[in-house]
Amino acid sequence: MHAIVCIKQVPDTTEVRIHPETHTLVREGVASIINPFDTYAIEEALRLKERHGGRVTVLTMGPAQAREALKEALALGADEAVLLSDRAFAGSDTWATAYTLAQAIRRLAPFDIILCGKQAIDGDTGQVGPGIARQLKVPQLTYVCRLQEFDPAAGRIQVERLLEEGREVVACSLPALVTVVKDINQPRFATFMGVRRAARAQIPVWDAQSLPDADPAFFGLGGSPTQVVSIFQPPAREGKVTMLVGDTPADAAACLAERLLADRVI
Amino acid sequence: MSELTVDTGLCTGCGACVDACSFGAIALVGGIAQANERCILCGACVEVCPAEALQAARPTPDMVGESGTDTYRGVWVWVEQFQGQAGSISWEMMGQGRRLAQDLGVPLTACVLGHNVQHIAAQAIAYGADRVFLADDPTLATCRTEPYAAILVRLVQEHRPEILLLGASARGRDLAGAVATELHAGLTADCTGLEIDPDTRLLRQTRPAFGGNIMATIICPTHRPQMATVRHRVFETPLPDTRRTGQIIAVPAVLAEEKIAVRVADFIHESASLNLADARIIVSGGRGVGGPEGFACLRELATVLGGALGASRAAVDAGWVPYAHQVGQTGRTVRPDLYIACGISGAIQHLAGMQTAKVIVAINQDPQAPIFHVATYGIVGDLFEIVPALSAEFRRRLGRR
Repeated sequence: MHAIVCIKQVPDTTEVRIHPETHTLVREGVASIINPFDTYAIEEALRLKERHGGRVTVLTMGPAQAREALKEALALGADEAVLLSDRAFAGSDTWATAYTLAQAIRRLAPFDIILCGKQAIDGDTGQVGPGIARQLKVPQLTYVCRLQEFDPAAGRIQVERLLEEGREVVACSLPALVTVVKDINQPRFATFMGVRRAARAQIPVWDAQSLPDADPAFFGLGGSPTQVVSIFQPPAREGKVTMLVGDTPADAAACLAERLLADRVI
Repeated sequence: MSELTVDTGLCTGCGACVDACSFGAIALVGGIAQANERCILCGACVEVCPAEALQAARPTPDMVGESGTDTYRGVWVWVEQFQGQAGSISWEMMGQGRRLAQDLGVPLTACVLGHNVQHIAAQAIAYGADRVFLADDPTLATCRTEPYAAILVRLVQEHRPEILLLGASARGRDLAGAVATELHAGLTADCTGLEIDPDTRLLRQTRPAFGGNIMATIICPTHRPQMATVRHRVFETPLPDTRRTGQIIAVPAVLAEEKIAVRVADFIHESASLNLADARIIVSGGRGVGGPEGFACLRELATVLGGALGASRAAVDAGWVPYAHQVGQTGRTVRPDLYIACGISGAIQHLAGMQTAKVIVAINQDPQAPIFHVATYGIVGDLFEIVPALSAEFRRRLGRR
C-alpha cells in the first residue's frame, strides 16, 4: 500500500495580527505550522499503513523552509518526503499548484490513495485536492469524515462525506484522492525516536527540471489563471456592544427579546 | 518574465517590503530584498518601497498564450439541488448573476442537473434565468463529481460563457475544483463580493483569506470562464417572479453509469437543526456550557427559534457535540441573521467563523470575554438561567404573534 499525503506549510493564522498602520499581516514571530487539516490526512495515512503495511510519502510545494513541515511529518511516522521547490513555481494559484503536485505524484506512482486536508487555513479554498484528482484522472472523495472501508487488494474504498444536510456514504475504486475534515481522527504526537529519525533524514528537493514530463508553461504565475489585484483589511464590525442588564435573568431575557424582535432577526 | 524584481542598486535594505508582505514572501538577504516562491505578485511591497526599488511584472496575455477571451459571452449559474430541492445558495447566486449579466449586457443562464428536476428549471427562470440547460437523467440523481463535471465542461466548451458561478457548499467547491481544472479556468473560492469592472468587463472577485483577517480581490484576465464559488447567505435571495419567461433546453448526460467510478451507497440525514450554512438563526455553545447535558437548554432555544445548534471547538473537542456543529476556522463559516453565543469566550478561530453574522448576542459570565467585542448585545450572567428564560420569553411572544 502506498499512500501519498499532500501537505502545506501555513502561518499559524490564529497568531496573525493586522498592522494598525500598514493594514497588512504582521508575520514577524508568527510560527509556521502544518496546515491543521493536513495533520488529519497524515494521521489517516499512518493508520492505513499500520493496518495494511506499505509506506507513506509526504509531499509539499514551497520555499526551502517548508522542509520543516516535512520533517514534522517524518517524525510522526511517514516514510519518505519530497519538497517541490523552484522559483519557477512561484506565484502559483490553486490551478498551477494542483498541476505541479500532480506532476510530482506521477513520479511517485504507483499509489493507492492520495490524502489531503479539506482546505488550507491561509487560503481556505479547498480547490487543490480536486485539482490534483482531475489532473491525474482519479476519482475524488472530498470532505471525508470517516473511512468505512479501504481494501487495496480489492482496489475499493468506501467513505462518509460530511455535507451540509448530513453524511453521504460513497464508494469507488482505487486509486482515489480523499480530502479529510477534522472529525476523521485524532492525530498522534511525534515520538522521541521519530524526531531523531526525522532530524537525520535527507529530504530530496525536486525542481522544475525534476518533472520532465511537465509543461513548464503551466508552472507558477504563467500557469495561474487568477491574479490577486488588491489585498485589504476587512471592514471592522460596525457599532459597539450594548450590554443588557436586568434585575433577574427573566428581565434580561425580556429586554433582549424586545431588541431582537425590533431588529427583525427573529 | 513574470516576477518580482529588485533593483539592487536602489534597495536600501530598509525592510518596509518585508513588513508589508502578507505572504511572508520577502526576506532581506545580505541587506537586499529577495522574494521567494510564496510571492503572488500582489504588489503590496511595490507600494510601500520608499526607494522604488521593486517592480512586480505580471504575465501579460501574450505571455500566457491564451487569447479570444472576448468570444466568451454570458453569465452562468450552477443550480445546486439535493433530493429535488434547490439549495438557497442557488437563488442567492441567481440574484447576483442577474446583476452581473445586466452590467455586461448579456443573458443569464442556469444549469440544472439532476433527476426529475424539471420544476427546478422553471424556478430558475422565476428567479431570473433567461435560459436553462436542463440535464435530467437517473445517473444525475445525486451530485457526483464525474458525471456533473462532464456535463458542465461540455456545456462550457460548446457555449463559452464568460462567468460561471457555483455555491461555496461542499458539493459546489468539489465540482468547481474539478471543472476549473479541466477547463484551465481561473477559480476563486468563497467569494463575498462580485463586481464587473466597467472598463475591462472583468469580474472582480472579493474573498476573505487568512481566517478572515484579510480580504483579497482577484481577477482572471486571460482565461475563461471566470469561475467563482459564492459564500452562503452573503447575498439577498431575489423575489421569484413566476410570470417571467425563459427557454429550457434539455441536454443529455455525458457519462453512462458504467463509466462513473463513484457509487452513492447511503445518505445519513442529520436533524433539521444541523444545516448551519443555511440557518437564519444559530444558537451556539462553548466551554461555558460545561458538558453534553448542558446543551439541552441551547437545543431548546434553537428549537423555539427555529434555528440550528452550533458549538465552539472547545465543546466539540471535549466530545459534548458532534463535529458537524462546529463553527470557526476548523469547522464551518456561518453567516446567520442572528448568532447567540452562549458560554463562548470568543477565540480568534471562533470569531473567524461567525463574525459576519448580522446580529450577535453574547451570553457569558466573564465580562472581559473577547466575544463581547464583536457582539451586538451582551448579557453578563449564568447561561443556565438566561437561556431558559429566553426560551420561555420567545415561546410566549412568538406564540402570541
